[in-house]
Amino acid sequence: MDSCPSPARRAGPPRTRTLTGVTDAVRVRDLRKTYQGSPAVDGVDLDIADGEVFALLGPNGAGKTTTVEILEGFRRRDSGEVSVLGEDPQRAGRRWRYGIGLVLQNASDMADMTVAETVRHFARFYPDPRPAEEVMDLVGLTGKAGRKVRTLSGGQRRRVDVAIGVVGRPRLLFLDEPTTGFDPEARRQFWSLITTLSEQDGTTILLTTHYLDEVEALANRVAVLAAGRIRAVGTPRDLGGRDTAEATVGWIEDGEHRSTRTHKPTVVVSELAGRIGDEIPGLVVTRPSLEDVYLDLIGSVR
Amino acid sequence: MTTLTLRDPSVWDLCTARAGVELRQFFRERTAMIFTFALPVVLLTLLGSIFDKQAAVPGIPSSQLLAAGMIAGGIGSTCFVNLATSIVSDREDGTLKRLRGVPMPPIAYFAGKVVLVLVTAVAEVVLVLAVGSAFFDLPLPRDPARWATFTWIFLLGVTGCALLGTAMSSVPRSVRGAAPIVNLPFLVLQFVSGIFIVPITNLPEPLQQIGALFPLKWMAQGFRSVFLPDAAAATEPAGAWEHGRIAMVLAAWCLGGLILCLTTFRWQGRKDG
Ligand SMILES: Nc1ncnc2c1ncn2[C@@H]1O[C@H](COP(=O)(O)OP(=O)(O)OP(=O)(O)O)[C@@H](O)[C@H]1O
Ligand SMILES: [Mg+2]
Repeated sequence: MDSCPSPARRAGPPRTRTLTGVTDAVRVRDLRKTYQGSPAVDGVDLDIADGEVFALLGPNGAGKTTTVEILEGFRRRDSGEVSVLGEDPQRAGRRWRYGIGLVLQNASDMADMTVAETVRHFARFYPDPRPAEEVMDLVGLTGKAGRKVRTLSGGQRRRVDVAIGVVGRPRLLFLDEPTTGFDPEARRQFWSLITTLSEQDGTTILLTTHYLDEVEALANRVAVLAAGRIRAVGTPRDLGGRDTAEATVGWIEDGEHRSTRTHKPTVVVSELAGRIGDEIPGLVVTRPSLEDVYLDLIGSVR
Repeated sequence: MTTLTLRDPSVWDLCTARAGVELRQFFRERTAMIFTFALPVVLLTLLGSIFDKQAAVPGIPSSQLLAAGMIAGGIGSTCFVNLATSIVSDREDGTLKRLRGVPMPPIAYFAGKVVLVLVTAVAEVVLVLAVGSAFFDLPLPRDPARWATFTWIFLLGVTGCALLGTAMSSVPRSVRGAAPIVNLPFLVLQFVSGIFIVPITNLPEPLQQIGALFPLKWMAQGFRSVFLPDAAAATEPAGAWEHGRIAMVLAAWCLGGLILCLTTFRWQGRKDG
Protein backbone atom coordinates (compact mmCIF):
# COMPACT_ATOMS: atom_id res chain seq x y z
CA MET A 1 0.00 0.00 0.00
CA ASP A 2 1.27 3.44 -0.85
CA SER A 3 2.12 5.98 1.75
CA CYS A 4 2.85 9.61 1.23
CA PRO A 5 5.43 11.54 3.23
CA SER A 6 3.73 14.55 4.72
CA PRO A 7 5.90 16.80 6.87
CA ALA A 8 3.03 19.23 7.24
CA ARG A 9 0.75 16.47 8.56
CA ARG A 10 -1.73 17.17 5.82
CA ALA A 11 -3.40 14.38 3.90
CA GLY A 12 -4.63 14.42 0.37
CA PRO A 13 -3.10 14.69 -3.05
CA PRO A 14 -0.17 17.05 -3.59
CA ARG A 15 -1.17 20.59 -4.47
CA THR A 16 -0.74 21.52 -8.06
CA ARG A 17 0.97 24.86 -8.19
CA THR A 18 0.87 27.38 -10.95
CA LEU A 19 3.88 29.59 -11.65
CA THR A 20 2.66 32.33 -9.38
CA GLY A 21 2.22 29.90 -6.51
CA VAL A 22 -1.53 30.46 -6.34
CA THR A 23 -3.81 27.47 -6.71
CA ASP A 24 -7.50 27.30 -7.05
CA ALA A 25 -9.14 24.80 -4.74
CA VAL A 26 -12.26 24.99 -6.89
CA ARG A 27 -12.57 26.00 -10.51
CA VAL A 28 -15.90 25.83 -12.32
CA ARG A 29 -16.69 26.93 -15.86
CA ASP A 30 -20.16 27.14 -17.38
CA LEU A 31 -21.67 24.50 -15.10
CA ARG A 32 -25.15 23.36 -16.07
CA LYS A 33 -27.67 20.95 -14.61
CA THR A 34 -31.30 20.60 -15.64
CA TYR A 35 -34.11 18.78 -13.86
CA GLN A 36 -37.12 17.85 -15.96
CA GLY A 37 -36.46 20.58 -18.46
CA SER A 38 -35.99 23.39 -15.94
CA PRO A 39 -32.43 24.49 -15.24
CA ALA A 40 -31.34 24.27 -11.60
CA VAL A 41 -27.80 25.46 -12.38
CA ASP A 42 -27.61 27.58 -15.47
CA GLY A 43 -24.05 28.43 -16.43
CA VAL A 44 -22.14 28.96 -13.20
CA ASP A 45 -18.48 30.05 -13.09
CA LEU A 46 -16.64 29.89 -9.77
CA ASP A 47 -13.04 30.26 -8.65
CA ILE A 48 -12.19 29.61 -5.04
CA ALA A 49 -8.58 30.15 -4.07
CA ASP A 50 -6.70 27.89 -1.70
CA GLY A 51 -7.31 28.98 1.88
CA GLU A 52 -10.29 31.15 1.08
CA VAL A 53 -13.61 31.20 2.97
CA PHE A 54 -16.21 31.48 0.24
CA ALA A 55 -19.95 31.90 0.80
CA LEU A 56 -22.69 31.00 -1.62
CA LEU A 57 -25.75 33.05 -0.86
CA GLY A 58 -29.15 32.67 -2.46
CA PRO A 59 -32.87 32.19 -1.90
CA ASN A 60 -34.58 28.78 -1.61
CA GLY A 61 -34.31 26.84 -4.84
CA ALA A 62 -31.50 29.03 -6.20
CA GLY A 63 -29.34 26.00 -6.97
CA LYS A 64 -26.89 26.16 -4.06
CA THR A 65 -27.25 22.53 -2.99
CA THR A 66 -27.21 21.34 -6.58
CA THR A 67 -23.97 23.25 -7.28
CA VAL A 68 -22.31 22.12 -4.08
CA GLU A 69 -23.31 18.48 -4.55
CA ILE A 70 -21.86 18.49 -8.05
CA LEU A 71 -18.58 19.76 -6.58
CA GLU A 72 -18.77 17.08 -3.87
CA GLY A 73 -19.15 14.36 -6.47
CA PHE A 74 -22.70 13.34 -5.56
CA ARG A 75 -24.50 14.57 -8.65
CA ARG A 76 -23.53 14.42 -12.28
CA ARG A 77 -23.44 17.63 -14.25
CA ASP A 78 -25.03 18.01 -17.64
CA SER A 79 -22.16 20.09 -18.96
CA GLY A 80 -19.35 22.40 -17.96
CA GLU A 81 -15.89 22.02 -16.46
CA VAL A 82 -15.34 21.27 -12.79
CA SER A 83 -12.06 20.89 -10.96
CA VAL A 84 -11.98 20.38 -7.20
CA LEU A 85 -8.53 20.04 -5.60
CA GLY A 86 -7.23 19.51 -9.10
CA GLU A 87 -9.54 16.64 -9.99
CA ASP A 88 -12.89 16.10 -11.64
CA PRO A 89 -15.23 15.00 -8.82
CA GLN A 90 -17.06 12.66 -11.19
CA ARG A 91 -13.88 10.63 -11.75
CA ALA A 92 -11.87 11.17 -8.60
CA GLY A 93 -11.03 8.18 -6.40
CA ARG A 94 -10.87 7.42 -2.72
CA ARG A 95 -7.63 9.38 -2.10
CA TRP A 96 -9.26 12.56 -3.37
CA ARG A 97 -11.80 12.24 -0.58
CA TYR A 98 -9.02 12.41 2.05
CA GLY A 99 -8.80 16.09 1.25
CA ILE A 100 -12.53 16.80 1.31
CA GLY A 101 -14.81 17.33 4.30
CA LEU A 102 -18.59 17.43 3.94
CA VAL A 103 -21.45 18.76 6.00
CA LEU A 104 -24.63 17.70 4.22
CA GLN A 105 -28.00 19.38 4.40
CA ASN A 106 -30.25 16.68 5.94
CA ALA A 107 -28.70 13.68 7.61
CA SER A 108 -30.12 11.60 10.43
CA ASP A 109 -27.77 8.63 10.32
CA MET A 110 -25.92 7.02 13.24
CA ALA A 111 -28.97 7.65 15.44
CA ASP A 112 -28.26 4.77 17.82
CA MET A 113 -24.55 5.47 18.18
CA THR A 114 -23.10 7.83 20.75
CA VAL A 115 -21.42 11.06 19.74
CA ALA A 116 -17.97 9.72 20.60
CA GLU A 117 -18.54 6.45 18.73
CA THR A 118 -19.69 8.38 15.70
CA VAL A 119 -16.68 10.68 15.61
CA ARG A 120 -14.28 7.75 16.20
CA HIS A 121 -15.94 5.72 13.47
CA PHE A 122 -15.48 8.38 10.83
CA ALA A 123 -11.94 9.13 11.99
CA ARG A 124 -11.01 5.61 10.91
CA PHE A 125 -11.48 6.38 7.25
CA TYR A 126 -8.62 8.90 7.12
CA PRO A 127 -4.85 8.45 7.18
CA ASP A 128 -4.25 11.29 9.62
CA PRO A 129 -7.42 12.11 11.54
CA ARG A 130 -7.81 14.61 14.33
CA PRO A 131 -8.16 12.93 17.72
CA ALA A 132 -11.85 12.41 18.53
CA GLU A 133 -11.61 14.39 21.79
CA GLU A 134 -10.12 17.34 19.96
CA VAL A 135 -12.91 17.31 17.40
CA MET A 136 -15.68 17.09 20.00
CA ASP A 137 -14.05 19.95 21.81
CA LEU A 138 -13.79 21.96 18.62
CA VAL A 139 -17.53 21.68 17.90
CA GLY A 140 -18.58 22.02 21.54
CA LEU A 141 -19.86 18.50 22.12
CA THR A 142 -17.45 17.33 24.80
CA GLY A 143 -20.16 17.17 27.44
CA LYS A 144 -22.33 15.10 25.13
CA ALA A 145 -19.73 12.47 24.18
CA GLY A 146 -21.65 9.58 25.70
CA ARG A 147 -25.10 10.60 24.48
CA LYS A 148 -26.88 8.76 21.68
CA VAL A 149 -27.06 10.91 18.58
CA ARG A 150 -30.83 10.28 18.50
CA THR A 151 -31.29 12.12 21.79
CA LEU A 152 -29.53 15.33 20.70
CA SER A 153 -31.34 18.54 19.82
CA GLY A 154 -31.41 19.70 16.20
CA GLY A 155 -28.52 22.10 16.66
CA GLN A 156 -26.44 19.56 18.56
CA ARG A 157 -27.09 16.97 15.86
CA ARG A 158 -25.83 19.50 13.32
CA ARG A 159 -22.62 19.85 15.30
CA VAL A 160 -22.10 16.11 14.98
CA ASP A 161 -22.31 16.59 11.22
CA VAL A 162 -19.70 19.32 11.44
CA ALA A 163 -17.51 17.05 13.59
CA ILE A 164 -17.68 14.32 10.94
CA GLY A 165 -16.84 16.92 8.32
CA VAL A 166 -13.63 18.08 9.98
CA VAL A 167 -12.35 14.87 11.58
CA GLY A 168 -10.19 13.95 8.56
CA ARG A 169 -8.32 17.31 8.49
CA PRO A 170 -9.78 18.25 5.10
CA ARG A 171 -8.04 20.78 2.88
CA LEU A 172 -11.42 21.78 1.52
CA LEU A 173 -14.58 21.80 3.60
CA PHE A 174 -18.07 22.02 2.12
CA LEU A 175 -20.84 23.20 4.42
CA ASP A 176 -24.44 23.31 3.19
CA GLU A 177 -26.41 25.61 5.50
CA PRO A 178 -24.32 24.60 8.50
CA THR A 179 -25.92 26.88 11.07
CA THR A 180 -29.59 26.33 10.28
CA GLY A 181 -31.24 25.54 13.60
CA PHE A 182 -28.42 26.92 15.75
CA ASP A 183 -29.15 29.24 18.65
CA PRO A 184 -27.26 32.55 18.64
CA GLU A 185 -24.57 31.27 20.97
CA ALA A 186 -24.04 28.09 18.96
CA ARG A 187 -23.82 30.21 15.85
CA ARG A 188 -21.05 32.32 17.37
CA GLN A 189 -19.22 29.17 18.46
CA PHE A 190 -19.53 27.82 14.96
CA TRP A 191 -18.18 31.03 13.50
CA SER A 192 -15.13 30.82 15.68
CA LEU A 193 -14.65 27.19 14.65
CA ILE A 194 -14.65 28.23 11.00
CA THR A 195 -12.22 31.04 11.74
CA THR A 196 -9.93 28.61 13.57
CA LEU A 197 -9.99 26.10 10.71
CA SER A 198 -9.31 28.81 8.21
CA GLU A 199 -6.60 30.67 10.09
CA GLN A 200 -4.77 27.86 11.86
CA ASP A 201 -5.05 25.07 9.31
CA GLY A 202 -5.50 27.04 6.12
CA THR A 203 -8.62 25.03 5.31
CA THR A 204 -10.47 26.23 2.24
CA ILE A 205 -14.16 26.58 3.04
CA LEU A 206 -17.20 26.75 0.81
CA LEU A 207 -20.40 27.36 2.71
CA THR A 208 -23.95 28.06 1.64
CA THR A 209 -26.17 30.14 3.85
CA HIS A 210 -29.24 32.32 4.07
CA TYR A 211 -27.77 34.53 6.78
CA LEU A 212 -26.19 37.80 5.78
CA ASP A 213 -24.54 38.38 9.14
CA GLU A 214 -22.84 35.03 8.73
CA VAL A 215 -21.46 36.09 5.38
CA GLU A 216 -20.19 39.36 6.82
CA ALA A 217 -18.58 37.61 9.77
CA LEU A 218 -16.93 34.76 7.90
CA ALA A 219 -16.55 35.08 4.19
CA ASN A 220 -13.54 36.45 2.36
CA ARG A 221 -15.70 36.43 -0.74
CA VAL A 222 -19.35 35.84 -1.46
CA ALA A 223 -21.32 34.94 -4.57
CA VAL A 224 -25.03 35.57 -4.91
CA LEU A 225 -26.81 32.79 -6.75
CA ALA A 226 -30.37 33.19 -7.97
CA ALA A 227 -32.29 31.01 -10.43
CA GLY A 228 -29.16 29.01 -11.16
CA ARG A 229 -26.91 31.94 -12.10
CA ILE A 230 -24.28 33.93 -10.28
CA ARG A 231 -25.61 37.47 -9.99
CA ALA A 232 -22.60 39.04 -8.28
CA VAL A 233 -19.28 38.04 -6.71
CA GLY A 234 -17.18 40.12 -4.37
CA THR A 235 -16.06 40.65 -0.83
CA PRO A 236 -18.96 41.21 1.57
CA ARG A 237 -17.77 44.84 1.74
CA ASP A 238 -17.90 45.64 -1.95
CA LEU A 239 -20.55 43.21 -3.21
CA GLY A 240 -22.65 44.73 -5.96
CA GLY A 241 -20.68 48.00 -5.80
CA ARG A 242 -21.83 48.56 -2.24
CA ASP A 243 -18.71 50.49 -1.21
CA THR A 244 -19.04 53.05 -3.97
CA ALA A 245 -22.82 53.20 -4.11
CA GLU A 246 -24.68 56.41 -3.25
CA ALA A 247 -24.70 57.16 0.45
CA THR A 248 -27.62 58.56 2.36
CA VAL A 249 -26.90 61.45 4.75
CA GLY A 250 -29.58 62.15 7.32
CA TRP A 251 -29.76 64.91 9.97
CA ILE A 252 -32.21 67.02 11.98
CA GLU A 253 -32.66 70.67 11.09
CA ASP A 254 -35.38 72.99 12.39
CA GLY A 255 -36.90 70.06 14.27
CA GLU A 256 -37.36 68.07 11.05
CA HIS A 257 -35.71 64.87 9.82
CA ARG A 258 -34.00 65.52 6.52
CA SER A 259 -31.97 63.32 4.20
CA THR A 260 -30.17 63.45 0.91
CA ARG A 261 -28.51 60.87 -1.36
CA THR A 262 -25.04 61.60 -2.59
CA HIS A 263 -21.83 60.16 -4.00
CA LYS A 264 -19.84 62.61 -1.85
CA PRO A 265 -21.08 62.30 1.74
CA THR A 266 -17.97 63.98 3.16
CA VAL A 267 -18.65 67.13 1.20
CA VAL A 268 -22.29 67.15 2.33
CA VAL A 269 -21.34 66.67 5.96
CA SER A 270 -18.72 69.45 6.00
CA GLU A 271 -21.16 71.77 4.29
CA LEU A 272 -23.77 70.93 6.95
CA ALA A 273 -21.22 71.52 9.69
CA GLY A 274 -20.48 74.93 8.27
CA ARG A 275 -24.17 75.80 8.18
CA ILE A 276 -25.44 74.31 11.44
CA GLY A 277 -22.42 74.62 13.70
CA ASP A 278 -19.96 72.03 14.92
CA GLU A 279 -22.43 69.36 16.15
CA ILE A 280 -25.02 68.20 13.58
CA PRO A 281 -28.07 66.79 15.39
CA GLY A 282 -29.14 63.23 14.41
CA LEU A 283 -26.37 62.81 11.86
CA VAL A 284 -26.25 59.44 10.04
CA VAL A 285 -24.35 58.43 6.94
CA THR A 286 -25.35 55.06 5.48
CA ARG A 287 -24.37 53.01 2.47
CA PRO A 288 -26.61 50.20 1.23
CA SER A 289 -26.36 47.27 3.67
CA LEU A 290 -25.40 43.82 2.43
CA GLU A 291 -29.06 42.99 2.84
CA ASP A 292 -30.12 45.88 0.59
CA VAL A 293 -27.69 44.79 -2.10
CA TYR A 294 -28.69 41.17 -1.75
CA LEU A 295 -32.43 41.84 -1.96
CA ASP A 296 -31.78 44.05 -4.91
CA LEU A 297 -29.79 41.35 -6.68
CA ILE A 298 -32.30 38.57 -6.15
CA GLY A 299 -35.29 40.88 -6.56
CA SER A 300 -34.34 41.52 -10.14
CA VAL A 301 -34.85 37.84 -11.02
CA ARG A 302 -38.08 37.22 -9.15
CA MET B 1 13.28 16.56 10.72
CA THR B 2 11.37 13.32 10.90
CA THR B 3 9.19 12.55 7.94
CA LEU B 4 5.82 11.28 8.86
CA THR B 5 4.51 8.59 6.60
CA LEU B 6 0.78 8.24 6.38
CA ARG B 7 -0.84 5.01 5.42
CA ASP B 8 -4.19 4.51 3.83
CA PRO B 9 -6.51 2.87 6.33
CA SER B 10 -6.67 -0.79 5.34
CA VAL B 11 -9.78 -2.14 3.68
CA TRP B 12 -9.94 -4.86 6.32
CA ASP B 13 -9.99 -2.29 9.14
CA LEU B 14 -12.79 -0.40 7.46
CA CYS B 15 -14.79 -3.59 6.97
CA THR B 16 -14.54 -4.39 10.68
CA ALA B 17 -15.39 -0.79 11.55
CA ARG B 18 -18.57 -1.01 9.49
CA ALA B 19 -19.44 -4.41 10.97
CA GLY B 20 -19.14 -2.93 14.46
CA VAL B 21 -21.50 -0.10 13.61
CA GLU B 22 -24.03 -2.39 11.94
CA LEU B 23 -24.16 -4.77 14.88
CA ARG B 24 -24.39 -2.06 17.51
CA GLN B 25 -27.11 -0.21 15.62
CA PHE B 26 -29.11 -3.42 15.19
CA PHE B 27 -28.91 -4.58 18.78
CA ARG B 28 -29.59 -1.11 20.13
CA GLU B 29 -32.79 -0.72 18.18
CA ARG B 30 -34.68 -2.97 20.58
CA THR B 31 -38.19 -3.12 19.11
CA ALA B 32 -37.03 -3.97 15.60
CA MET B 33 -34.60 -6.53 16.96
CA ILE B 34 -37.21 -8.22 19.12
CA PHE B 35 -39.67 -8.32 16.24
CA THR B 36 -37.11 -9.87 13.90
CA PHE B 37 -36.15 -12.61 16.35
CA ALA B 38 -39.55 -13.23 17.91
CA LEU B 39 -41.68 -13.61 14.80
CA PRO B 40 -40.50 -17.09 13.73
CA VAL B 41 -40.44 -18.26 17.35
CA VAL B 42 -43.97 -17.06 18.03
CA LEU B 43 -45.26 -18.61 14.81
CA LEU B 44 -43.49 -21.85 15.64
CA THR B 45 -45.04 -21.98 19.10
CA LEU B 46 -48.56 -21.17 17.93
CA LEU B 47 -48.63 -23.37 14.83
CA GLY B 48 -46.68 -26.08 16.61
CA SER B 49 -49.44 -26.44 19.17
CA ILE B 50 -51.79 -27.39 16.31
CA PHE B 51 -49.44 -29.69 14.43
CA ASP B 52 -48.20 -31.39 17.60
CA LYS B 53 -51.25 -33.64 17.54
CA GLN B 54 -50.85 -34.78 13.94
CA ALA B 55 -48.40 -37.39 12.78
CA ALA B 56 -46.61 -36.76 9.47
CA VAL B 57 -45.40 -40.34 9.22
CA PRO B 58 -45.81 -42.88 12.00
CA GLY B 59 -43.76 -41.73 15.01
CA ILE B 60 -42.93 -38.26 13.67
CA PRO B 61 -45.31 -35.43 14.67
CA SER B 62 -45.86 -32.70 12.07
CA SER B 63 -44.63 -30.12 14.57
CA GLN B 64 -41.08 -31.38 13.96
CA LEU B 65 -41.45 -30.70 10.24
CA LEU B 66 -42.67 -27.26 11.19
CA ALA B 67 -39.73 -26.55 13.50
CA ALA B 68 -37.16 -27.58 10.89
CA GLY B 69 -38.87 -25.51 8.21
CA MET B 70 -39.13 -22.51 10.50
CA ILE B 71 -35.32 -22.28 10.47
CA ALA B 72 -35.65 -21.35 6.80
CA GLY B 73 -38.38 -18.86 7.72
CA GLY B 74 -36.07 -17.31 10.32
CA ILE B 75 -33.25 -16.97 7.82
CA GLY B 76 -35.64 -15.33 5.39
CA SER B 77 -36.75 -12.93 8.08
CA THR B 78 -33.24 -11.88 9.13
CA CYS B 79 -31.55 -11.98 5.74
CA PHE B 80 -34.25 -10.91 3.36
CA VAL B 81 -36.79 -8.77 5.24
CA ASN B 82 -34.42 -7.28 7.75
CA LEU B 83 -31.57 -6.59 5.36
CA ALA B 84 -33.87 -5.03 2.76
CA THR B 85 -35.46 -2.71 5.31
CA SER B 86 -32.14 -1.77 6.82
CA ILE B 87 -30.73 -0.76 3.43
CA VAL B 88 -33.86 1.26 2.63
CA SER B 89 -33.46 3.04 5.93
CA ASP B 90 -29.74 3.64 5.26
CA ARG B 91 -30.71 5.26 2.00
CA GLU B 92 -33.37 7.41 3.62
CA ASP B 93 -31.54 8.60 6.73
CA GLY B 94 -28.43 9.63 4.82
CA THR B 95 -26.14 6.74 5.85
CA LEU B 96 -25.41 5.76 2.27
CA LYS B 97 -24.85 9.31 1.14
CA ARG B 98 -22.53 9.98 4.08
CA LEU B 99 -20.53 6.85 3.34
CA ARG B 100 -20.17 7.79 -0.29
CA GLY B 101 -18.85 11.15 0.83
CA VAL B 102 -16.06 9.70 2.97
CA PRO B 103 -13.09 7.75 1.64
CA MET B 104 -14.70 4.34 2.09
CA PRO B 105 -14.21 1.49 -0.37
CA PRO B 106 -17.78 0.34 -1.17
CA ILE B 107 -16.92 -3.22 -0.14
CA ALA B 108 -16.70 -2.08 3.49
CA TYR B 109 -20.39 -1.21 3.57
CA PHE B 110 -21.39 -4.60 2.19
CA ALA B 111 -18.96 -6.41 4.48
CA GLY B 112 -20.70 -4.75 7.41
CA LYS B 113 -24.05 -5.99 6.16
CA VAL B 114 -22.67 -9.50 5.61
CA VAL B 115 -21.51 -9.66 9.22
CA LEU B 116 -24.85 -8.32 10.44
CA VAL B 117 -26.74 -10.87 8.39
CA LEU B 118 -24.55 -13.79 9.48
CA VAL B 119 -24.71 -12.91 13.17
CA THR B 120 -28.47 -12.38 13.18
CA ALA B 121 -29.11 -15.50 11.09
CA VAL B 122 -27.03 -17.66 13.42
CA ALA B 123 -28.79 -16.18 16.47
CA GLU B 124 -32.16 -16.82 14.86
CA VAL B 125 -31.28 -20.44 14.02
CA VAL B 126 -30.10 -21.07 17.57
CA LEU B 127 -33.32 -19.60 18.91
CA VAL B 128 -35.59 -21.66 16.65
CA LEU B 129 -33.57 -24.82 17.38
CA ALA B 130 -33.80 -24.18 21.11
CA VAL B 131 -37.57 -23.75 21.00
CA GLY B 132 -37.95 -26.66 18.57
CA SER B 133 -35.98 -29.10 20.65
CA ALA B 134 -37.37 -27.91 23.99
CA PHE B 135 -41.08 -27.94 23.10
CA PHE B 136 -41.42 -30.15 20.06
CA ASP B 137 -38.72 -32.75 20.62
CA LEU B 138 -36.90 -31.76 17.45
CA PRO B 139 -33.93 -34.15 17.44
CA LEU B 140 -30.48 -32.51 17.16
CA PRO B 141 -28.36 -34.81 14.97
CA ARG B 142 -25.01 -36.21 16.17
CA ASP B 143 -23.83 -37.29 12.76
CA PRO B 144 -21.24 -34.75 11.47
CA ALA B 145 -22.37 -35.44 7.90
CA ARG B 146 -25.75 -33.96 8.76
CA TRP B 147 -24.14 -30.83 10.18
CA ALA B 148 -22.11 -30.56 6.99
CA THR B 149 -25.38 -30.63 5.04
CA PHE B 150 -26.76 -28.02 7.43
CA THR B 151 -23.75 -25.79 6.83
CA TRP B 152 -23.93 -25.69 3.05
CA ILE B 153 -27.68 -25.18 3.04
CA PHE B 154 -27.33 -22.42 5.63
CA LEU B 155 -24.59 -20.64 3.69
CA LEU B 156 -26.28 -20.92 0.30
CA GLY B 157 -29.62 -19.90 1.83
CA VAL B 158 -28.20 -16.91 3.70
CA THR B 159 -26.28 -15.75 0.62
CA GLY B 160 -29.28 -16.06 -1.67
CA CYS B 161 -31.68 -14.35 0.74
CA ALA B 162 -29.22 -11.55 1.48
CA LEU B 163 -28.57 -10.87 -2.20
CA LEU B 164 -32.31 -10.84 -2.90
CA GLY B 165 -32.87 -8.60 0.13
CA THR B 166 -30.24 -6.18 -1.19
CA ALA B 167 -31.90 -6.17 -4.61
CA MET B 168 -35.32 -5.72 -2.99
CA SER B 169 -34.06 -2.64 -1.15
CA SER B 170 -34.19 -0.68 -4.40
CA VAL B 171 -37.95 -1.13 -4.71
CA PRO B 172 -39.53 0.83 -1.81
CA ARG B 173 -39.35 4.62 -1.94
CA SER B 174 -39.26 5.08 1.82
CA VAL B 175 -38.91 3.19 5.06
CA ARG B 176 -42.62 3.53 5.67
CA GLY B 177 -43.31 1.90 2.33
CA ALA B 178 -40.69 -0.76 2.97
CA ALA B 179 -42.57 -2.70 5.67
CA PRO B 180 -45.54 -3.71 3.51
CA ILE B 181 -43.57 -3.97 0.26
CA VAL B 182 -41.06 -6.37 1.77
CA ASN B 183 -43.20 -8.19 4.33
CA LEU B 184 -46.25 -8.99 2.26
CA PRO B 185 -44.46 -10.92 -0.50
CA PHE B 186 -42.39 -12.67 2.16
CA LEU B 187 -45.53 -13.73 4.04
CA VAL B 188 -47.06 -15.15 0.88
CA LEU B 189 -43.78 -16.82 -0.01
CA GLN B 190 -43.60 -18.49 3.40
CA PHE B 191 -47.13 -19.75 2.94
CA VAL B 192 -46.57 -21.27 -0.50
CA SER B 193 -43.20 -22.64 0.57
CA GLY B 194 -44.82 -24.81 3.22
CA ILE B 195 -43.33 -22.96 6.17
CA PHE B 196 -46.71 -22.59 7.92
CA ILE B 197 -48.52 -25.65 6.55
CA VAL B 198 -46.86 -29.04 6.99
CA PRO B 199 -46.38 -31.37 5.30
CA ILE B 200 -46.06 -29.15 2.24
CA THR B 201 -48.13 -31.67 0.25
CA ASN B 202 -51.21 -30.37 2.11
CA LEU B 203 -50.97 -27.24 -0.02
CA PRO B 204 -52.86 -27.14 -3.32
CA GLU B 205 -50.68 -28.31 -6.21
CA PRO B 206 -50.44 -24.90 -7.99
CA LEU B 207 -49.27 -23.18 -4.80
CA GLN B 208 -46.62 -25.83 -4.31
CA GLN B 209 -45.40 -25.20 -7.83
CA ILE B 210 -45.16 -21.47 -7.22
CA GLY B 211 -43.26 -22.12 -4.00
CA ALA B 212 -40.85 -24.41 -5.83
CA LEU B 213 -39.69 -21.51 -7.99
CA PHE B 214 -38.21 -19.70 -4.99
CA PRO B 215 -35.35 -20.58 -2.66
CA LEU B 216 -37.32 -20.68 0.60
CA LYS B 217 -39.07 -23.99 -0.04
CA TRP B 218 -35.75 -25.62 -0.89
CA MET B 219 -34.07 -24.29 2.21
CA ALA B 220 -36.92 -25.64 4.36
CA GLN B 221 -36.71 -29.01 2.65
CA GLY B 222 -32.97 -29.05 3.22
CA PHE B 223 -33.31 -28.30 6.92
CA ARG B 224 -35.94 -31.02 7.29
CA SER B 225 -33.43 -33.44 5.76
CA VAL B 226 -30.89 -32.41 8.41
CA PHE B 227 -33.07 -32.72 11.50
CA LEU B 228 -35.63 -35.41 10.69
CA PRO B 229 -35.17 -39.15 10.30
CA ASP B 230 -34.91 -40.30 6.69
CA ALA B 231 -38.36 -41.88 6.93
CA ALA B 232 -39.80 -38.34 6.88
CA ALA B 233 -38.60 -37.88 3.29
CA ALA B 234 -41.85 -39.58 2.33
CA THR B 235 -43.68 -36.34 3.24
CA GLU B 236 -41.83 -34.35 0.55
CA PRO B 237 -43.53 -33.89 -2.83
CA ALA B 238 -40.84 -35.98 -4.53
CA GLY B 239 -40.71 -38.52 -1.71
CA ALA B 240 -36.98 -37.80 -1.36
CA TRP B 241 -34.71 -35.08 0.11
CA GLU B 242 -33.34 -34.10 -3.31
CA HIS B 243 -30.06 -32.57 -2.10
CA GLY B 244 -28.75 -32.13 -5.62
CA ARG B 245 -31.76 -30.13 -6.70
CA ILE B 246 -31.69 -28.01 -3.50
CA ALA B 247 -28.08 -27.08 -4.19
CA MET B 248 -28.85 -26.20 -7.78
CA VAL B 249 -31.87 -24.02 -7.05
CA LEU B 250 -30.14 -22.16 -4.21
CA ALA B 251 -26.99 -21.61 -6.26
CA ALA B 252 -29.06 -20.35 -9.18
CA TRP B 253 -30.79 -17.85 -6.88
CA CYS B 254 -27.44 -16.68 -5.50
CA LEU B 255 -26.27 -15.98 -9.02
CA GLY B 256 -29.54 -14.33 -10.03
CA GLY B 257 -29.56 -12.26 -6.84
CA LEU B 258 -26.00 -11.13 -7.46
CA ILE B 259 -26.85 -10.00 -10.98
CA LEU B 260 -29.93 -8.16 -9.68
CA CYS B 261 -27.85 -6.41 -7.01
CA LEU B 262 -25.15 -5.37 -9.43
CA THR B 263 -27.67 -3.94 -11.87
CA THR B 264 -30.13 -2.30 -9.48
CA PHE B 265 -28.25 -1.18 -6.37
CA ARG B 266 -28.54 2.57 -5.79
CA TRP B 267 -26.46 4.60 -3.35
CA GLN B 268 -28.87 7.49 -3.59
CA GLY B 269 -32.56 7.93 -3.04
CA ARG B 270 -34.82 8.83 -5.93
CA LYS B 271 -35.01 12.43 -4.87
CA ASP B 272 -31.26 13.12 -4.88
CA GLY B 273 -30.19 13.21 -8.43
N1 LIG C 1 -33.24 15.79 -7.47
C1 LIG C 1 -33.97 16.79 -8.00
N2 LIG C 1 -34.97 16.52 -8.85
C2 LIG C 1 -35.69 17.52 -9.40
N3 LIG C 1 -35.48 18.82 -9.18
C3 LIG C 1 -34.50 19.16 -8.33
C4 LIG C 1 -33.69 18.18 -7.71
N4 LIG C 1 -32.79 18.80 -6.92
C5 LIG C 1 -33.03 20.11 -7.05
N5 LIG C 1 -34.05 20.34 -7.90
C6 LIG C 1 -34.57 21.68 -8.28
O1 LIG C 1 -33.48 22.49 -8.61
C7 LIG C 1 -33.63 23.80 -8.07
C8 LIG C 1 -32.46 24.13 -7.16
O2 LIG C 1 -32.52 23.35 -5.99
P1 LIG C 1 -31.42 23.39 -4.85
O3 LIG C 1 -31.75 22.33 -3.89
O4 LIG C 1 -30.08 23.35 -5.49
O5 LIG C 1 -31.67 24.83 -4.21
P2 LIG C 1 -30.99 25.49 -2.92
O6 LIG C 1 -30.40 26.76 -3.39
O7 LIG C 1 -30.10 24.55 -2.25
O8 LIG C 1 -32.26 25.81 -2.03
P3 LIG C 1 -32.41 25.81 -0.41
O9 LIG C 1 -31.96 27.14 0.05
O10 LIG C 1 -33.89 25.67 -0.23
O11 LIG C 1 -31.65 24.68 0.15
C9 LIG C 1 -34.98 23.80 -7.36
O12 LIG C 1 -35.92 24.37 -8.23
C10 LIG C 1 -35.28 22.34 -7.14
O13 LIG C 1 -36.66 22.12 -7.17
MG1 LIG D 1 -30.08 23.63 -0.36
